[in-house]
Amino acid sequence: MKIKITIPTDRIHNPIISESIVETGILINIMVANIDSTYGELIADVNDLKFDKIKNALESRGAIVSILDQPIHRDEEECINCGACISVCPMNVYSFDNSWSVLVDEKKCIQCGVCIKMCPHGALKLGE
Amino acid sequence: MVKKSVHEINRKIEDGSVNVVTAEEMVTIVEELGVEEAAKEVDVVTTGTFGAMCSSGLMLNLGHSEPPIKIQKIWFNNVEAYSGLAAVDAYLGAAQISDTRGIQYGGAHVIEDLLRGKEIDVHATSYGTDCYPRKVLDTIITLEDLNEAILLNPRNAYQKYAAATNSSKRILNTYMGELLPSFGNVTYSGAGVLSPLSNDPNYETVGTGTRIFMGGAQGYVIGNGTQHSPSSGFGTLMLKGNLKEMNPDYLRAASFTGYGATLYMGIGIPIPILNEKLAAATAVRDEDIVTTIQDYAVGSRDKPVIRKVNYAELRSGSVQINGKDVPTSSLSSFKNARTIANELKEWVKDGKFFVSMPVERLCAEGFAKPMKETQAVPLVKDVMSSFIVTIKRDQTVQDAAKKIWENSFNHLAVTSDTGELVGILTAWDISKAVAENCFDSVESVMTKKVLTCAPNEPVDLAARRLDRYGVSAMPVIDAHRQVLGIITSDNISKLLARRY
Repeated sequence: MKIKITIPTDRIHNPIISESIVETGILINIMVANIDSTYGELIADVNDLKFDKIKNALESRGAIVSILDQPIHRDEEECINCGACISVCPMNVYSFDNSWSVLVDEKKCIQCGVCIKMCPHGALKLGE
Repeated sequence: MVKKSVHEINRKIEDGSVNVVTAEEMVTIVEELGVEEAAKEVDVVTTGTFGAMCSSGLMLNLGHSEPPIKIQKIWFNNVEAYSGLAAVDAYLGAAQISDTRGIQYGGAHVIEDLLRGKEIDVHATSYGTDCYPRKVLDTIITLEDLNEAILLNPRNAYQKYAAATNSSKRILNTYMGELLPSFGNVTYSGAGVLSPLSNDPNYETVGTGTRIFMGGAQGYVIGNGTQHSPSSGFGTLMLKGNLKEMNPDYLRAASFTGYGATLYMGIGIPIPILNEKLAAATAVRDEDIVTTIQDYAVGSRDKPVIRKVNYAELRSGSVQINGKDVPTSSLSSFKNARTIANELKEWVKDGKFFVSMPVERLCAEGFAKPMKETQAVPLVKDVMSSFIVTIKRDQTVQDAAKKIWENSFNHLAVTSDTGELVGILTAWDISKAVAENCFDSVESVMTKKVLTCAPNEPVDLAARRLDRYGVSAMPVIDAHRQVLGIITSDNISKLLARRY
C-alpha cells in the first residue's frame, strides 16, 4: 500500500526514517520525497501486512503516518475523457476502458503531480 | 451505379425511412456488403470530433447603453475582446488570456461561463463622440442579455493533425500538452475514423452552407478554414453557430500549462451517401489516416519529422520510436466524438436534422503558405563574437588564468587535441579552484556540461536558452563540435540597441 509520512519541523533533524527501518527491519520503497530543513513529506510503498509495525515505529518518533486512500481525485464533470493524463503518468494509473472512458487505478498513484499539470480541463487534484 | 440526391435522402428523413449510421459503423458495413450495396443501403453517415480548437471565438452584440457608447476597448471578466467594429459589437477570441488571471482563464472560459448562464463583468472604454458621448462603461451581463452571441470559428475540425514528441533533455510545455524528455511520450489529436473531413476527403458534400452539429446545436460551414491545406491532407473548416442554442457538454474551455487557453469544440458532420465514391470514402479506417510525429524540441516552424504514423497506431496506446515503445496520449476525446456522431445520427433518424448540399465546394487543392517576412531574423552567426580564446584540456589552471588576464576575456572554450569543444572555463571557475586550493589541470575545474548553439540558429532561440538556464554566454559550434565563436548576453543587448 501507498503511505504518506509527514515529518514535523521539531523532528526534522532526527534520522527517524532510518531508525524505524533499522528497528523493524521493514523495507519501504520511497517514491516521492520532499524534505528541507523545516518540513518533510514522503510517499512510500509498504507491504500491507507490515504497515502497522512501521507506522508504530515512525509515530513513536514523532512522524505522522497515513494511508493514501485517494491519492488523486478526478472531477468527473470536468473530465472529457481525452486521455491526456495517460502517457505522462510514470505509474500507469490511467488507462482507457472499452468505451474510451478514462479509468483511474488510484492504488498505483504516488502523487507526483505530473498529470495535474497535463490535464487541459483542470479535472485532477491531489487527494488526501 | 448508385445515384441518390440530397432531396431523396431528405424525403426519407421526413418519412422516417432513412438509414443512418456512424462513420465507425460504416467501416464494417462496407467490409460486409461491399461499396455498391453499402451505397444503396446507407443514406447518411455521421462523423464527430471533440478537441482543442484555438481558432474559435464569439461575435456578440451588447445592445446600446444610455447614454450610448462607441466601444473602443472592451473586457469580459478581464479578458480583452476586439471591438474595432460598430459601437457595441465585439469579437472575443477563445485563446485571448485574462489580464489578471493569465493563462488559467481565457476567452474560451468566458464563452463557457456565458453558456452556463453565469454573470460576466463587462468593462469598456471609448474616446467619446457627439453621437456616442459616453467614455466608460461597466456592467454585468449574462448570455440572455446579448442580442446575438454567435460562435464564428475561423479554423475548426482539422482533417487530421501531426502528433508531437520531444527529443530534448527537458520537459516541454506546448499546445500539444506536456512532452516528456528523451521521447518520453507522444501526444496526438483528432478522431481518426470519425474525423469529419477524413470521411469526405474530396469535399464533395462538406462545403460552404453545409448544415452541421456544432456545440450541441445546428450550425453551418461558412467556407474553408484559415490555413486550409488540402493538398497535404490538412483541410480545415470555418464554422458558425448560435451559442444560445449550444450545450456545455459539447463546448468546454481548457488551459494548457505553459501555453494558454483554448476551446474544446464538439463538431459533427453528416455525409449524405450519394454514390459509391462517398460510401468508399466514409469507410475510412484509423489505419488509413496517416500523419507524422514531429519533434517539438526544435523551436522552429518546420519541425523535424521523427516518423510517419497512422491513427490506429496512435490509438493503440503506444508507438515505436527508435525501437522503444513510447506511450501515447490523446488530447481530443474519442468518447465524446463517438457521442456526437451518435447524437447526430439520432437527430437525423428522428427527422430533426436534414442534410444539405454545399452552396459552393471547398477548394480541394493548394497549400497553406508560411509568413512573408521582410525583416531578416538575426542569426547567431550575425551577432556572435568570432574572437574566442581556447585552451586545451590538459593545460594548467595557471595557463588559463594567464589567458583570461591577457585577453581580458571571461570565457575560455576548452578543447580536445582535435579541437572539439569539451568544456568551458570562466574566471569564476578559476576563483573557485583557487579558493578551494584545488587546481591541477583545466579539465578538473572546468564546467563539462556546456550549453552551446549553432551558427544558423535564430538569436531569439539562443536568447531564450541563455535566459532559461541563467548563463551569460554560450560557445557557438559546428556539427563537428569545432568552436566557431561565442554568443554573450552583451552581443544580444547590442543587437537590441541597434533595433530600437
